[in-house]
Amino acid sequence: MKALKFLFTGIFFGIVLTKSQAVSWYRIVEMFRFESFHMYRIIGSAVVTGLILLQLSKKMNLKTTEGNPINLPEKAKKYKSALLGGTIFGLGWALAGACPGPIFILFGAGYYLICIIILSSILGTFVYGLVANRLP
Amino acid sequence: MGFSAPKSDLVPSELFSLEALKSRYNLDILIVAGFFIGFGTRYAGGCTSGHAITGLSNLQLPSLVAVIGFFIGGLLMTHLFFPLFFKT
Repeated sequence: MKALKFLFTGIFFGIVLTKSQAVSWYRIVEMFRFESFHMYRIIGSAVVTGLILLQLSKKMNLKTTEGNPINLPEKAKKYKSALLGGTIFGLGWALAGACPGPIFILFGAGYYLICIIILSSILGTFVYGLVANRLP
Repeated sequence: MGFSAPKSDLVPSELFSLEALKSRYNLDILIVAGFFIGFGTRYAGGCTSGHAITGLSNLQLPSLVAVIGFFIGGLLMTHLFFPLFFKT
């Protein structure tokens, strides 16, 4: 039953990204062409909301439902892999017009051919695992 | 580029339709796109929600570097590779 909260959070996330059109291929390409402010507003407002809520939860000592303090793990300080991996990700993001969340949301929205991208991205994570220790 | 943008659709049928995928070329494009998404996410240590939204909200410098990478890749793709990939 504990898993239900993840299910509800996921459903909410899917509804928000669908209604905001963040799952739209056209919105992503439009963002990279600087033709519209739409995606920048979505990402910007998400970052500002997250920033405020994270600061508030620290100040007010908010706890998760299990009673643990809300604590996001620090990101690994691997700047080179963040930049190189980020660039590879960006190439895929723009070409597919979707990132890892929206590919599943689009499948749920009835765009079943997106499963090609879901499968090949899982293959990508697998191949990363094979070559990870040979990468810069 | 030959992509019409209907208001009601979320993905272009020029790429995401059974008709389009009869062409091996279009299928390869989707496979490559997915592969890059998966590989890049693991290599960078996060995706749009992990780095751009959560990481930036939590003031993580590696996330800022990753987001800069996302845009380098995305801009290269839309401005440099799109005209090469989709000739119309």
